[in-house]
This record gives sequence, structure tokens and C-alpha cells, in this order.
Amino acid sequence: MLHFWLHSLSRLAMIIVLLVALSLVSPSFLSLQNLSNIVRQASLLFLLASGLTVVILTAGIDLSIGSVLALSGSVAANFIQQGWIWSGSLIGLVIGAGCGLLNGLMVALVGLPPFIATYGMLWVAEGFAQVFMKGEIISGFPRGFRFLGAGYVTGIPVPILVMIVVLVVSIFFLRRTNFGRHVYIIGANREAARLSGISIRGNLLLVYSLSGLISAFAGLVYVSRINAVESTIGEPLLLPAIAAVCIGGTSLFGGEGGIGGTMVGALIMTLVTNGMNLLNVSPYWQSFVMGAIVVLAVALDQLGSAKMKGA
Amino acid sequence: MSETAWGTWARRVGMAPGAVYALVVLSLTFTLFTTQFLTLRNLTNVGMQGSVLIIVALGMTLIILSQGIDLSLGPVMGLAGVVLALAVKQQVGLPLAIVAAIVVGGCFGLLNGVLIARLGLPPFVVTLGTFGMAQGLALVLTQGSSIPGLGPAVQYFNDGRILGVQVPIIMTAVAFLVVYVILYYTKFGTYVFALGGNQEALALAGVRTRLYKTGVYVLGGGLAGVAALVMTARMNAAHPTVGVGLEFDAIASVILGGTSFERGKGWLGGTIFGALAVSVLRNGLNLIGLSTSWQVSMVGMVIILAIVVDSLRGI
Repeated sequence: MLHFWLHSLSRLAMIIVLLVALSLVSPSFLSLQNLSNIVRQASLLFLLASGLTVVILTAGIDLSIGSVLALSGSVAANFIQQGWIWSGSLIGLVIGAGCGLLNGLMVALVGLPPFIATYGMLWVAEGFAQVFMKGEIISGFPRGFRFLGAGYVTGIPVPILVMIVVLVVSIFFLRRTNFGRHVYIIGANREAARLSGISIRGNLLLVYSLSGLISAFAGLVYVSRINAVESTIGEPLLLPAIAAVCIGGTSLFGGEGGIGGTMVGALIMTLVTNGMNLLNVSPYWQSFVMGAIVVLAVALDQLGSAKMKGA
Repeated sequence: MSETAWGTWARRVGMAPGAVYALVVLSLTFTLFTTQFLTLRNLTNVGMQGSVLIIVALGMTLIILSQGIDLSLGPVMGLAGVVLALAVKQQVGLPLAIVAAIVVGGCFGLLNGVLIARLGLPPFVVTLGTFGMAQGLALVLTQGSSIPGLGPAVQYFNDGRILGVQVPIIMTAVAFLVVYVILYYTKFGTYVFALGGNQEALALAGVRTRLYKTGVYVLGGGLAGVAALVMTARMNAAHPTVGVGLEFDAIASVILGGTSFERGKGWLGGTIFGALAVSVLRNGLNLIGLSTSWQVSMVGMVIILAIVVDSLRGI
């Protein structure tokens, strides 16, 4: 419990430091427009990271989320541009869930290490996205579809509403249903879960499919928001999503953490990205910084929890 | 060779049929469907192109044997190539430039090793983080563009011949022999196998497991530096993103070659077969005229399929 409070306080401190630093650095930071922009960006990262959080809770990993987002977003966008908004979106979601299901089959049935299975899927999905897009950019989508990423309901941007709905629903499922309890038990102690009769295969299949589905949904929101799609949109999203989960306090060893933390992590990661953009940091450095943040976040978390256990 | 030795060899070959079968099937397929595949010129080409992959995969074998993984090896190779090219352009002399490339690779290996062995962090996350760092540094150093025209001294490591054999192939052979001796004839090698078996027992026996584990990553990074030399020589240029994806080919080569993530089981020779199978696949898809985008997903699928089949067979 002490660890939990310390963790929450340190993340709150991080956010405050970032907010103060960024508002000192750039006068435009505290404008309502920039802040609302940040929350909208954070909501997209949160979506992608929320499915990943559930996978990581089972002591797994999904490295394919970025390229699954790109593949399903690309395919869906092609149909949506023709005016088939609903069927196009549905096709995108099915592709995402299908990629996730394949990941799940490789992990749960074949028994491959999750990082190998999903790393393979990363390249397969990336390749198909490239084949499909042929290096082109599709832009300009129907107004009905733009509502998802750029619309407002009573003055609140739709992606933020989506984020709140996903947050509430997933907290409910993780905390109040058997599925959620099983996810935590499988992650904390797989042998114990097996002995108590929990279907590990079934749950893992569901978790990985869910991650693929959510990645595809995040892809739809993303495409709708920036009003364009190309095959490479997913690549820069993987490291921030993993960082968001780690900073949010979900243990990479499974069984510990939750979606609420991931939302805080997504907000912190978005503040960092936004800050780097305001400071005109070159995108080349941003790749380095993202990598370093992932390493630091995991290292600090491990040191922190080791100290707690030692005390 | 005595009969038991032959038996051991047979069993060793039996341990790695995944790669051997894949190599045979792929070679037959491409021989049937293309006229250019089964020519001396093309096969030499496969060997030359495969050399970069083999050198990286040798290091990856040791890393996977110790129950680790290094996703950063591809970008680290790219970064080492960039450092090599920049050093050559600064006219520090080729030997020093090569040392710099290997040291850069080794340093990233050291960073990975310390984070994984000292802090006990999951290898795939640590090396995914350093993947981004190496990639970012390579892009920053080059501002995203290639560094071409490095001169004949560098190109020697692709075009040169010693006793009629191409230099990259000789370098690969030497790298294999060195890693072979390290793995099978030194204390370090014994501990690498043991690390994959039972780390707890090894630590209780008073072995400095962290040191050896870190050493494995340093060796892997250093070999990526060596591979960078061959790669840069072949292109006569350094490109910051050239290594991205190579780590996947290397992992696939190792697994196809019969090295498993569990219990320190593996065979260094198998990695050669695995890497050749992956190289033949890429070469053949090129000959057929498949676009690079198709190749990315085809190679991914074939490799996943092979890994799945291999692991189902093991059950």
C-alpha cells in the first residue's frame, strides 16, 4: 500500500514538474488549445496502451500494436474514403482482432515466447501495410468519420470521451469480473492459476485478440483525427505506449498494476513529446529520448520495488 | 573420428533439422522457379549477403542460449556502420575506425548487459529501449541521410580476396571459429550454457553469473560492430536505418538453427544453417521479383511458420 501511494505521489510530482517546466519554457504551452490538444493526443496513446496493459498484466507483451494499428488503419481508410464508413471501420477492427488472435494462438497454443510471436507479427503487419499502401498517403475522409477523431460532444472532444469510456469499462472488467481476476492471477502466478482451474489458453487468446482489436480501434481514431494515413504511422507509437504502461506502474513481470496508471503514464509521455516539439527537438533525437525513457522507466520501477521488498 | 564422435555429430545434426529442411526446401523451390538461383554467381552472392547476418546471429545465439534476447542488435549495427563511416571521413585511419565501430557495438552490449544482469530487467524491454536509442543516435549523427563514398580501403572488406576467397566469407569463418572456441572450449562458454539451464544453481555454486551474462551481450554488440564493417563495405556507404529488421532475421536464424529459449539447449553450427536459410529466402524472393514490401511480410510469415513448426515438433 505504501508503495502504491509513493508511486502515485511520484507520478503526480512528475506531471506537475513537466507542467511547470513546459509553461516556463513556452508561453504557448498553457493555452487552452494546446492543453486540449495534449489531452487528445494522450487519449490516443492511452487507447493503444490500454490493450497492451492487459497483455502485460498476464506477464506477456505485444510488440505488434503499432504495426497492427497501421495495417488496420490503412485498410479501413481505403474503404472509408469510398464512403463505406461503417463497413470500412468494421473491416479494420476485424483485421486488428485477427492479428491479435494469431498472436494469441502462437503464444497460448504453440507456446512461443510472447516477444517472439508479436515481434514476428510486427514485421508481417508492417509488410502488409506497405503492400497495401504502396508508399502512398490517403487523405480526406467523409465528415461522419472525422467525428470520431475531431468531433465534439457538448464541447468535449470525442477522443477524450472515448478515452473515458474505455477507462471506465476496462477498470470495471479488470476489477469486477472473473476475466479481470483471471488476468491478474495468470500474470502473478501461472502455475497457481492452472491449478485453480482457470483456462489459461482461453484467457490468453482473449487478451491478445483484445489488444489487436483495441490497436485497430486506436488506428481508426488516429486516422480520423489527422485525416490522413500512410503505412508508417504505427512505427513511432510502440515505444511511447510501452513507456506509458511502465511509467503507469504496471509490472512487466505481470500481475501488478492497472489501466488507471496507464492513463497517467500516457499523459506524462504526451507531455514529454509535446515539450520536445515546443522546444524544436529534432525527431531524430526524439527516437533516442523515447528509448532512453523506456529503459529508465523500467529500471527505476525495478529499483523502487526491490527497495520496497527489501524494507 | 571415432564412432561415438560420429554419433554425437549425427545427433547434433538431428538437433537442427528445422534449418536444414528449410534450406533444402527453399533451395529446391527457387531452383525450380528461377533460372538464376542455382548459379555459382548467385550462390556466392547469397554467401556474401549472408555473412552480415551470420556474424550478427552468432552473437545472438549466445545471447539466446543464456535465456536472453537482444532486439537492439540491428540498429546497433547501423549505428556502428555510421560511426565507422564518420571516422573514415575524418581520416583517423581505417584500423582506428574499425575499432571505434566495434567499441560502439560493445558499449551498447555493455549497457544492455548491465541493465539485464545487474538490475534483472526483462531483456526484450531493455533492448527495445536501446533499439530506439541506437536508432536515434544513428539518425542524429547522419541527419537522416547516407554517408557514401568511403573509398577502396573500406571496399576491400567486400571486394577483396584472400587466396581466392572473398574477404566477407573469410571474416565470417573466422568469427565462427572464434565464437565456436569461446562457446565450446572456455569456461565462459560452459557458463553460457549453464546460464540458460539453471541460473540460480550457478549463482549458488559461486559463479559470477552477472559478469558472464553481461559478457554475452558485450560479445553480441562487438560482433554487430564487425558485421557493420562488412555491411558498410558492401554498400560503400553507411545508412542509419540499414540494420533495422536484421535482429529479426538473426533471431529467426538462431531458432531455426535449433537453439531454444529453454534450458540452454543449442548448437552454434545450426545458426549458420538458419542464417543461410533466411538468406536464401530473401535472395530467392528478390529473384522472383517480389517487391520489398511483399518481402517484408513474406519473410515474416515464413519465419513465423518455421518457428511454429519447429516448436510444435519439439513438444
